[in-house]
Amino acid sequence: MSTPYYVSPEQIMQDKADFVRTGIERAKEVIVLEYQNGIVMVAENPLATLFKISEIYDRIALAATGRIAEYEALRYLGIREAEIKGYTFNRTDVTAKWLTNNIFSQRIAAIFWQSDTKPLEVELLLCELRADPESSHRIYQLSFDGTFWEEQKYAIIGGRSDEISEILEREYEDGLELKEAVKLAVKGFETIEAKADEEERFHISADTLEVAILDENRNRRKFRRLPPDELKEILAS
Amino acid sequence: MLLDVADYGNSDFLEILKRRRPELYAAFNAESLSEVTLPNTQHYASPLDVLKGTTVLAAVYKEGVIIAGDRQAVEGFQVGERRIQKVYEVDDHSAIAIAGVAGPCIEMAKLFQVEVEFYEKIEGTTLSLEGKANHLSNMVKSNLGMALQGLYVIPIFAGYDPKEKQAKIFKYDVTGGRYEEADYHAIGSGGKDAQTTLKKRYRKDTSRDEILEVVVEALWDAADEDLGTAGPDLIRGIFPTIKSIDQTGVSDIADSEVERLYTELIESLREM
Repeated sequence: MSTPYYVSPEQIMQDKADFVRTGIERAKEVIVLEYQNGIVMVAENPLATLFKISEIYDRIALAATGRIAEYEALRYLGIREAEIKGYTFNRTDVTAKWLTNNIFSQRIAAIFWQSDTKPLEVELLLCELRADPESSHRIYQLSFDGTFWEEQKYAIIGGRSDEISEILEREYEDGLELKEAVKLAVKGFETIEAKADEEERFHISADTLEVAILDENRNRRKFRRLPPDELKEILAS
Repeated sequence: MLLDVADYGNSDFLEILKRRRPELYAAFNAESLSEVTLPNTQHYASPLDVLKGTTVLAAVYKEGVIIAGDRQAVEGFQVGERRIQKVYEVDDHSAIAIAGVAGPCIEMAKLFQVEVEFYEKIEGTTLSLEGKANHLSNMVKSNLGMALQGLYVIPIFAGYDPKEKQAKIFKYDVTGGRYEEADYHAIGSGGKDAQTTLKKRYRKDTSRDEILEVVVEALWDAADEDLGTAGPDLIRGIFPTIKSIDQTGVSDIADSEVERLYTELIESLREM
């Protein structure tokens, strides 16, 4: 007969968190910034069709890093729940706060707490454009254990987010133009890449960046990806 | 499963809705009506007060396609609604116009729009124009049970295919039959009258301005002959909905332009 063993709940959670942190440390960064006309999201991503940033609903976008299969499942979940709610009630009733709190956080936490599942190795930023000029944009950050909080003006996810945060803290200003905001994010990436080992260094260019915006000037669907040509123009300016 | 991985990859919103919120899908579900015997609503004077009566049409021009519809719904011999919308933008390059009973019509248009957008977001690419037309065909088909009881929905679907650089019109029958029209098509209680005008006045490869004149005249003739179709309401300032779809996307023809087209048409009719 095998001896039953005891592991304290604290230890189990600690082990799970350590396991995820090891994975997340290697995750590429995504930077989200408020700019003049909305929110811009910038990611290091050399892949042409597998995105880290995506449209969830009319004014809501998701930026994610970590394991692609896991955040893709969460992206799908977000779109599906948002569409069902919008169809049941009204499109304006779908909010980033509801998605963060009632959908993403609950699912991620449930998976984290469950004893026989691998916790999700993801970090998410849920961005929402304000509905009227009097209110402010919303940026919610979600962690791998389901905890979430609100960020203001800008937010970063990924392994080296603290280092980028220092740069943004120094250089971020209100009312940036789109090209200024993108270039500030690029500067953040370049600074951390300069510190990286030569063989792991990531070369930043229009082809290796993924940029999308939530633009207040657009019609119902505020989300738009910047095509490579437009991005090249911004980087060259 | 906590993350519903089995569901992940399903880009059909209708299928999800049927499973998750079947009561919302009931509008198209004949089974939900199986115990109710609906009166025959084939004629205008219907004991079941449903809003109907329509003229909607689409016509291809050189750069794209025009899709249009009047704004009136009738309840028996009464005007039920003066500002109803029968033409809806579906996505960047397509629109739908509907004829039939107002409630299920609007519901189908709304659901179709969500479906197409859902697919686009999940897959990260737009559904092909043919794909959209086929999907709509399935939705019409699933409404057959209701249609047989009088609650019919017949759409016209028009779009511009950016890949083929071609505008297309699809018409449907109650069984979900889908037929592509090369030039123009009109349906609804005034559809036949509009169709006659289109037949006489339509020219291939015409310009946007010319096709708009033809479309406005067709809607005028439909309203002139059909009790269920309204012409321009100059006092209340209500004009038919007209949208154009081309390479650049779907755009509304402004009421001011529609008003000008009608004023010109009325002038020329007076001179006759």
